[in-house]
Amino acid sequence: MDGLTSAASVLAAALAVGLGAIGPGLGQGRAAGQAVEGIARQPEAEGKIRGTLLLSLAFMEALTIYGLVVALVLLFANPFAG
Amino acid sequence: MVWMWHGLLGAPLASLEVGEHLYWELGNLKIHGQVFITSWIVMALLIGASLLGTRNAQRVPQGWQNFMEYVLDFVRTLTRNQLGEKEYRAWLPFVGTLFLFIFTCNWTGILVPWKLIELPAGELAASTNDINTTAALALLTSLAYFYAGFSRKGLLGYFKGYLYPSPIMLPFKIIEDFTKPLSLSFRLFGNILADELVVGVLVLLVPVLLPVPLMVLGLFLSGIQALIFATLASTYIAEALEDHEHEEEAEIA
Repeated sequence: MDGLTSAASVLAAALAVGLGAIGPGLGQGRAAGQAVEGIARQPEAEGKIRGTLLLSLAFMEALTIYGLVVALVLLFANPFAG
Repeated sequence: MVWMWHGLLGAPLASLEVGEHLYWELGNLKIHGQVFITSWIVMALLIGASLLGTRNAQRVPQGWQNFMEYVLDFVRTLTRNQLGEKEYRAWLPFVGTLFLFIFTCNWTGILVPWKLIELPAGELAASTNDINTTAALALLTSLAYFYAGFSRKGLLGYFKGYLYPSPIMLPFKIIEDFTKPLSLSFRLFGNILADELVVGVLVLLVPVLLPVPLMVLGLFLSGIQALIFATLASTYIAEALEDHEHEEEAEIA
């Protein structure tokens, strides 16, 4: 792999994870905040809220993980390595 | 290209290999041996556990049988919540097997010190950290929900459901058929590999004690991933079984 390709791949991998973490971060923060509010308002529903929250957090987490998969492909199995 | 990180002390427990596999040749095929070894061990564990639980079944469960009944109850509740009382029985074996296999793969990957076993190439780890395993599981899920839809509504009847609620949805529904297995496989693969990478990098920096809380977090997260895979699989099957025509009639009446 020539220098330009590897430099671009490393940079792209960093961007994939870094930028991919922004959106889910905002979403997870918002979801957790709302869940806390819900528990404060209705403490008896805590179990149900927690279960739903964890499930939806994992869904949001998956978005970052897609970025991570792209980054891993660029680093370890680069299709442009030639 | 293969990158390897070795521990500062050169300790074997701190090495982390991505993209290096123990290849077995099978005719023209090259298969990843380490994945097969760990999934066979997981299968043996699961079969052994169920045999032990049912070998001497009592009316009032005790010990191991009690635990296995608890597991079955958990899986049954999960399936019933998505598929409903009427449908869940037929799909319980499929969804339950998915959940138990993925869960046991993930947990043995963290709890069993695989890295101490030396292989000629590659290293043993959770078999769900290979994209081929998760892709196979995701494609099986696709097959399962297509089968559910076809057997319930017939070929034409199933694809008619793609025009519901309006024909504008058709391209999205077709794309969805491809993105469902893609996202299922990437989510599981990425999460498990990410856990292992994080622990590996931390072991590289501080080899003692510090990685332990993260491994506990990994246990928790990988359990949730198994739960999500099974939940989504049963949701997709429930979607394929859904009967739109009768729904409308019911609404009108």
